[in-house]
Amino acid sequence: MPDQPAIYSLLQQYIPALSSYNELFTADNTIRPDWQTFFSSLHQLGHKELQNRNADILRLLKENGVAYNIYNDPSGQSRPWELDPIPQLITADEWETINAGLIQRAELFNLLLKDIYGPQTLIKNGIIPQELIYLHPGFIRSCANIQLPGSQHLILYAADMARGNDGRLWIISDRTQAPSGSGYALENRFAMSSVLPELFSNLNVRRLSPYFDSLQQALTNIAPHNTDNPRVVILTPGPDNETYFEHSYLAAYLGLTLVQGNDLMVKDNYVWLKTIDGLEKVDVILRRVDDNYCDPLELKSDSLLGVPGLLQAVRKGNVAIANPLGSSIIENAGLVPFLPAVAKHFFGTDLVMPAIATWWCGQSKEMQYVIDNIKTLVVRKIFRNVPGTSSTIDGASLSATQTKELIQKIKASPWLYVGQEKINFSSTPSWHNGKIEAGRSLFRSFLVSHQDSYIAMPGGLTRTSTGENNFIISNQLGGISKDTWVLSANEEQEQPVSLQLNTDTLQHKTLKRSLPSHTAENLFWVGRYTERVIYNARLQRTVMQRILQSNRHLSVDSSGSESILLQTLTQCTYTFPGFFENTDILKKRDTYDNPWKELTDVLYNEKRSGSLSHNLSLLKNAVYSVRNFWALDTWRVLRQMEEEWDNAKKDSPGDHLRMISSIDTLNTSMFAFLGMNRESVRREQGWNIMDLGRKLEQVLYIITLLRSVFQVKQEEQAEHELMESVMIASQSLITYRYTYRDHLQLPLALELLMLDTNYPKSLAYLVKKIKRYVSLLPKEGKEMPLSDKKRNIEEADSLLKLADVIKLAQHDPDTMEYAALNKFLDKLYSLVSDTSVLISKTYFKHSQTQKQLFTANLI
Amino acid sequence: MLYSVEHTTRYQYHELVSLCHNIAALAPRNTDTQTCRAFNIIISPLPEVLEEHTDFFGNKLYYFVIEQEHEELTVTVRSQVEKKIIADTTPTYPSQSWESVRDMLLSSTGEYMEVRQFTHPTDITAGNDDIKNYARQSFTPGKPLFEAAHDLIRRIYIDFTFTSGFTTISTPLSVVMKERKGVCQDFAHLAISCIHSMGLPVRYVSGYLETVAPEGKEKLTGVDASHAWVSVFIPGNGWVDMDPTNDQLANEQYITIGWGRDYFDIIPLKGVIMSSNSHELKVSVDVKRLEE
Repeated sequence: MPDQPAIYSLLQQYIPALSSYNELFTADNTIRPDWQTFFSSLHQLGHKELQNRNADILRLLKENGVAYNIYNDPSGQSRPWELDPIPQLITADEWETINAGLIQRAELFNLLLKDIYGPQTLIKNGIIPQELIYLHPGFIRSCANIQLPGSQHLILYAADMARGNDGRLWIISDRTQAPSGSGYALENRFAMSSVLPELFSNLNVRRLSPYFDSLQQALTNIAPHNTDNPRVVILTPGPDNETYFEHSYLAAYLGLTLVQGNDLMVKDNYVWLKTIDGLEKVDVILRRVDDNYCDPLELKSDSLLGVPGLLQAVRKGNVAIANPLGSSIIENAGLVPFLPAVAKHFFGTDLVMPAIATWWCGQSKEMQYVIDNIKTLVVRKIFRNVPGTSSTIDGASLSATQTKELIQKIKASPWLYVGQEKINFSSTPSWHNGKIEAGRSLFRSFLVSHQDSYIAMPGGLTRTSTGENNFIISNQLGGISKDTWVLSANEEQEQPVSLQLNTDTLQHKTLKRSLPSHTAENLFWVGRYTERVIYNARLQRTVMQRILQSNRHLSVDSSGSESILLQTLTQCTYTFPGFFENTDILKKRDTYDNPWKELTDVLYNEKRSGSLSHNLSLLKNAVYSVRNFWALDTWRVLRQMEEEWDNAKKDSPGDHLRMISSIDTLNTSMFAFLGMNRESVRREQGWNIMDLGRKLEQVLYIITLLRSVFQVKQEEQAEHELMESVMIASQSLITYRYTYRDHLQLPLALELLMLDTNYPKSLAYLVKKIKRYVSLLPKEGKEMPLSDKKRNIEEADSLLKLADVIKLAQHDPDTMEYAALNKFLDKLYSLVSDTSVLISKTYFKHSQTQKQLFTANLI
Repeated sequence: MLYSVEHTTRYQYHELVSLCHNIAALAPRNTDTQTCRAFNIIISPLPEVLEEHTDFFGNKLYYFVIEQEHEELTVTVRSQVEKKIIADTTPTYPSQSWESVRDMLLSSTGEYMEVRQFTHPTDITAGNDDIKNYARQSFTPGKPLFEAAHDLIRRIYIDFTFTSGFTTISTPLSVVMKERKGVCQDFAHLAISCIHSMGLPVRYVSGYLETVAPEGKEKLTGVDASHAWVSVFIPGNGWVDMDPTNDQLANEQYITIGWGRDYFDIIPLKGVIMSSNSHELKVSVDVKRLEE
């Protein structure tokens, strides 16, 4: 073990604030024992290596797609998660107290919740003021007197804690409706143990998985029916939610189905999941949607995140929700001063954990105190504000006018405000810009009901800030996270992290679960957008190269292949008017004089529908919406692709060769993405739907391409160039040469692209595949009569089987048009595109919006 | 006196709707002044689910679901309600000042929970300075509560014009206050907001008004649809119903369905359908005297 001076050299920049508790050093300036062990390991690693590893952590988290979405963040959908390589340490002794304190608090809140929605003895006996409950928006009157089964209604609880001046952890706030962060804690631990395994040596860090085992058990236990194999879903507000990453992460980790409100419906007093096989009963909902948003019939009527009738299903005892609707009433800062009396009432004991001193302004004496001391207090509403806004006001930061305004607000509705003591957060070592500095931290731990009591996660999510006065730390306002190490006195034999749940619930996973309609829809579109991006990219590249090579002057009525190709590009990308007829002849001439302006726009302008960037972002959204479907490596590929494309977008315009090479890079990544899926996605419904989407898109694309290029017979040179371009754009030139060993001829080209049943890019091959996938769709047995989609695709198949390529390749000698070919392609197009529409209609019924009925005309 | 009420609500959609969840608050409650003798609810098409439960305020609610495709939904309720004949003599009201009632309730624990829950505004009845100043003119220092509230009801009747179609259910009170017009629930909400601004409890009451005016008396406003008024808590007398739309204390012609803090606590009929199209709504109400 290195001596202390060596460690001190690491800690030169660690200058804790004088007023706050020092987590690292004792009063006589020696390093606390556990930190001593930790920093010895860190010292052995060396400063440089730590810096490398820190970069590895960031890269790993980024690649795993760990993100935290910020509402209205202009930079896009998500921001990367940040993790400090130095953990928060909690000693074994200290944890014993915290553990007991948290369990007591969870039990207390459970009883409180039951009383508020039941007999209300606490209010009747004057232990809790009526207004504190009745004026809180989390008090949901329609949830009162619903008989929930079991003794534990509160299933999940999380507490935010910070270390005060006395070195103890104090409760800062409580989370009781849909506590977030446990998934991030798990991911943090995963990142730490894979990148910095050495740091765990000599410290017995407790594992997090017992918490998740219990969570899974708890969710199974509350199922009202079907108790040995309940269908448990996670209800998420959707990909725009700030913690969507966690929802999908937990769904994947716990083996649950991730759903949004419109994936569910209430019928016959039960909750059902819409799947492509039909409706499936849902027994348990782990919700990440705030209670007021869960049922537009009985709660917030304009919510689109909930399920109409959900509350009725709860009332009838047919579904269990964790946490139950209405539990946000406990997230009530005004309760804090009353909790000691509540604990006396229920347990006859005091609270184990201290909570930050709080004055509820609903009492006149307390309100006066808050107003008199407003400069030294923090003022909060008793409920959390709209997401994205801060609900906490530091009295010291207010101007005289602002203070006056706040006091007025408090006086107008005193029940809604509390004043809280401002505590000095302790100083803890934090990695900041390559140095170890003193930061402040806030620690959240998680509890779940377990055998008539609760079990706490030995660890949790710690967030830090290095700013001097930034005592308000929350995910929504940014902040860096830390892994939290609860140390054990005894050696634990297990590994610090387990990615495998060790419950017997594993057997459930092998049971067949139908694909939710919404997931199926997204997978279908992942397939379609994938091919749309690949084919457009290739066509754009082909056309751009042709334009580069051509020395001819382009003109509106030139008979060369270039103008046809440019128009084909517009047609295939659907970016009209593009290179097509423009009523303004001058504008049109301009487009042809300088085609690169339009070519660049169709490539990089994300806001333009049909552009490659636009399709890429549609693909990204579809992929993101079925997040838990993809292997981790897939994310790495996607992230990289995104980064490279963004760079190209910035650097390439104007440089034609670089534009072309950026397309090449993109397509390489797209094929890596496809390859990854081919390797890692199970050949089940999901795969079939996705591949079906791909094949449909390919067929429609090839038809459009052929239709657009071969309308009218051109002169020989132009005709040859067009054929060559089509072959390059469909990446079939080599195959053609290999197969026919001949120069390009239209009948042979059509034979290869349309009718060759052995060539995976031919229409005949693709349609045969589609036919097979359609027959595998649920409810598509072999029975007669054929469904419409089946009939359509059968017809397309026989059309291709009977096609005569020589006739198709003939043009009308008068008009020079390829009339037969175009008629054939038109017919084929409508059959295949109808198939696609019918599939959407049958399996993805999501387009309907929800509407309120009101009796509006009262007199 | 026995009344019969027939209340029909019809929604016509512009497309087939396959799922429709609804809650009806249409069953008259039993109170000190009325007894519901008979009640039935007829829904077409026949609902797959029809359940009843009691809400937080003790109102009886019907939850029903139509799970088959339909283009039209009709809900008809028929009830028979017996009203106690209120003696023609004016009851006496205590001379207790409104301030002392306010303070008495504020310092109570437990025993007045039921009353006290109606002391604070909701989103729709939230007040502002205009409303408070308006209320102050009736709630002068030391005035007995009943007199103050009654005066307020009369002033709303005089100062505001009944205008159908000017407001919707989501029109804020500040607009009603500024434009001085609205319909019954606007006036009820306004009265509630005023009384809350004085720190006193008041309820929103949903119900009906007798259709046919007795001989020699004028037909009252609010007879062809649901009606709404307010109820003020007067210690000693209990909840006293007052109608700012017609400037009167509720008599035997007022049939109560139920009450809450505001309209949204006791919407006669609400529902959620899956449809992107609009719909049309027709309501008819018929209140008849069956026997004297």
